[in-house]
Amino acid sequence: MTPGALLYLDLLMMGLMLVLAVGALYARSLRHAVILFIVFGLVVALVWARLRAPDIALAEAAIGSGLAGALLLAALRDRRRGAESAPRSPAWQVVAVGAVVAGLVLLLAWAFLDLQGERANGPLADTVRANLDVSGVSNPVTAVLLNFRAYDTLLELTVLLAALLGVMSLGPQRPPMDAAEPMAAGLIGWLIPLLIVAGSYLLWVGAHAPGGAFQAGALLAAAAVLADLGGRREFRLPGQTWLRLLAVAGCAVFTLVGLAALIGSGVLLQLPPDWAGSLILLIELFATASIASALFLVYLGGHPPSWNSREGHPDA
Amino acid sequence: MLDALSLLLIFSGLAFYLAGTIGVLRLPDTLCRLHAVTKADNLGLGLLASGVLLQLSDPLQMLKLLLIWLLVLAASATGGQLIARHALDERPDQRAELPEDAK
Repeated sequence: MTPGALLYLDLLMMGLMLVLAVGALYARSLRHAVILFIVFGLVVALVWARLRAPDIALAEAAIGSGLAGALLLAALRDRRRGAESAPRSPAWQVVAVGAVVAGLVLLLAWAFLDLQGERANGPLADTVRANLDVSGVSNPVTAVLLNFRAYDTLLELTVLLAALLGVMSLGPQRPPMDAAEPMAAGLIGWLIPLLIVAGSYLLWVGAHAPGGAFQAGALLAAAAVLADLGGRREFRLPGQTWLRLLAVAGCAVFTLVGLAALIGSGVLLQLPPDWAGSLILLIELFATASIASALFLVYLGGHPPSWNSREGHPDA
Repeated sequence: MLDALSLLLIFSGLAFYLAGTIGVLRLPDTLCRLHAVTKADNLGLGLLASGVLLQLSDPLQMLKLLLIWLLVLAASATGGQLIARHALDERPDQRAELPEDAK
């Protein structure tokens, strides 16, 4: 596509992003606000894709828009009857927030234009490229996420666990669905293997092209949700105990690898170049299982039965 | 010429997304909203993918894009069915209004 045509697309997405953001903030009802927020996330994902960050785009679409949106909708459904719409803000607040947002927009515009220039190949990108050989993978994004800046990814996994704890404390698990009618059941039988293959592909391809544990985990979780919605018990989804163990496994393995590296090299999470490729695959494998379990648990909702019997618990 | 066609397809795709979004915002219940979102997203994604397809030169990448669209089509159709079923389970009054062979 010509640069001119791309400029129109960029302008359109920028405009759309602003309109959706304002719409989400000032929507008539909370439900409208949540839906606009979900759409906003999808547009942001497109923007990330245009900034040549397809990994972030996929994660934004799956987690920022999909998961966060589902959580907000669930919260909306379960919330006790209260005020239907948010109270109006005073005028000075609207003006102040508007000024701050305008400043941020200008800052972002400046950053975007600046990145278009010669600094797109700045010192950081050069450093990553120069050290790609010792990272164990050939996709620079995976090299940064799981080797050079492994801290960030470990913390992201921890944040996911924290979010899961929040959802688990909201209420008991949803009851299982009855078996679906033959046509839907047949479609599920086709789709679930496809989703598992696509998820595995994304996990594997992360070493040298866009993909990785978060995207793979989202697809596997989708397969599990389909199986549950269709009441297909023969897929033998793991029970709550196993799901919870798997959800923690990603963080645990990541931390263990990091500690082993600390013993070996004296620096936490400093992967030895000879082993880096295998270790990254190991971490990604467990991270995928963890993310899939965590997302599925978020869909199932619900705390362990033992929480119900605890004295003073709201559900007791 | 190819660029113009690409842009046309992508913008038509975006229009379908817009229509679907308005449907989700405006339509009264889960079943209607599902109708809006599955129809619009399937066609919207198809048009978007065709628009991007014209910009590619590698047939393997084109095939991949096509497969992604087909996977989303299948997943969205199945997901739509299942969510509708769930919604009907929670609203027995709506199930009663369905034609006999759809209950």
